[in-house]
Amino acid sequence: MIKISGLCKYYKEVKAIDRLDLTVKPGEIFGLLGPNGAGKTTTIRILTTLARPTAGNAYINGKEVSRKKAEVKKEIGVVSQTENLDVEMTARENMELHGRLFKIPTRERRLQIKELLEFVGLTERADTVVGRFSGGMKRRLMIARALMHKPRILFLDEPTVGLDPQVRRKIWDLIRRLNGQGITVLLTTHYIEEAELLCHRVGIMNKGKLIALGTPEDLKKKVGKVVVEVPNHNETEYHVFEEREEALQFAAAMMHDVVIRESNLEDVFVELTGYKVGD
Amino acid sequence: MIYDTYTVFWREIVLLRKKYKSFFAGSMVSPLLYLLSFGWGLGRNIQFGSTSYLDFVVPGIVALSAMNASYNATGSSLNVSRLYHKTLEEFLVAPISVTSLVLGNIFSGCFRGLFSSGIIIIFSYFFGANMHLNGWFFVSLLLNCFLFASLGLVAAMVVSSHEGMSRFATFVILPMTFLCGTFFKVEKYPTLVAHFVKILPLTHSAVSLRAIAMNTGFPLVSLLVLTAYAVVLFALGVWVTYRVE
Repeated sequence: MIKISGLCKYYKEVKAIDRLDLTVKPGEIFGLLGPNGAGKTTTIRILTTLARPTAGNAYINGKEVSRKKAEVKKEIGVVSQTENLDVEMTARENMELHGRLFKIPTRERRLQIKELLEFVGLTERADTVVGRFSGGMKRRLMIARALMHKPRILFLDEPTVGLDPQVRRKIWDLIRRLNGQGITVLLTTHYIEEAELLCHRVGIMNKGKLIALGTPEDLKKKVGKVVVEVPNHNETEYHVFEEREEALQFAAAMMHDVVIRESNLEDVFVELTGYKVGD
Repeated sequence: MIYDTYTVFWREIVLLRKKYKSFFAGSMVSPLLYLLSFGWGLGRNIQFGSTSYLDFVVPGIVALSAMNASYNATGSSLNVSRLYHKTLEEFLVAPISVTSLVLGNIFSGCFRGLFSSGIIIIFSYFFGANMHLNGWFFVSLLLNCFLFASLGLVAAMVVSSHEGMSRFATFVILPMTFLCGTFFKVEKYPTLVAHFVKILPLTHSAVSLRAIAMNTGFPLVSLLVLTAYAVVLFALGVWVTYRVE
């Protein structure tokens, strides 16, 4: 479905992407995880024809992205990180512009607008100017808009950044529903729980390179199932163990109160990159 | 391609319909100020050869207002759309050709330029100006709008900040407003300066609009220069839009 091989993108001296290889299978929700500046957005921008790779290739449904731009554009839906809606136009007008840009015939376009606004729960606000929308509403409208031309692959760049917890869950449900309809989803996030709850497979990027790849469970198993958090002055030390017994033994030898818990993706990330997300 | 060009233009129409009052009022301010200060205040009593200064200056004001309106329409709105609202992305991820995107935006610029010129022409009649209007006048005006809308587009795609855009306007558009034979004849300059000013596109817009409006011969050279500018800037516009990331 999506195939990336040897992809590089250099901005002057900065290597935003450094020889990236990646395959996303049909029907999966794939998450690209990584700290700011890891190259997630740049990867999406190349896959959505918005940026040109310095070297290497990216294929969507077997079509090379930078060579068959027009065909690729018809098969993908893009929800970018910035709220790139026309704030002076209403929700309906924003949708109509998209429909016209993708040459959807008038009747089908009207039907699609009606159905999709209902799908994302914005029917009542269809004729409100987008400038008055909340962040969550804008994000939902952007998803509805990206679906108008019935893409088989949906790209979501940081789909829930800056949203309230309730709204985030709504967006997650929306993404799962879309995936249930057979749409392949590639999303980027730096919220670890988002990747853990939503994605079938996760790729962790750091400094333009893919440093880990697998299901969230696989990745957690790789570093160890159990974590012991030990407070040490003002910092917390993390110790990862394969088995519960080992962790208990270790914890018993500690002088302080310790926390024993299951490992999560964040631990994977810390183990692999050497620093916490957001540092 | 025509359909896609229309789609880009359609958006402009939707937006204009929403704020037509402020658009209408906004388009009138600077033409009225130019007419009042240069046409009426300064020029009413100046005799300029056998004709009145007002007749001389109105085509110049039409040229510069059309330039400003077309340039700003594409320049500022596209630059904001590219850097701030990011709405340009919506067009870039759509399966439309770069040429359609560029043409649609240039036509939006032309539309505003022509609208602004129309307002001055109507006003100038109330001020008592005499003008000879025909198809060639319209052609010159359209070329003028087209080339400056293209220039605005090129600047919007290349310049990477809003401050940069206003600097560009200060160094390129503002000097042309006053220097390019809009308020007085280019021949009044020392030879060297005159030669330089004659390279600039607005000079040819002013010369050709004036020649037609005052019925003093067909401005063939100026029309050709305007056409050349329009073609080159349009091609440049397509190229920089193709390169934009």
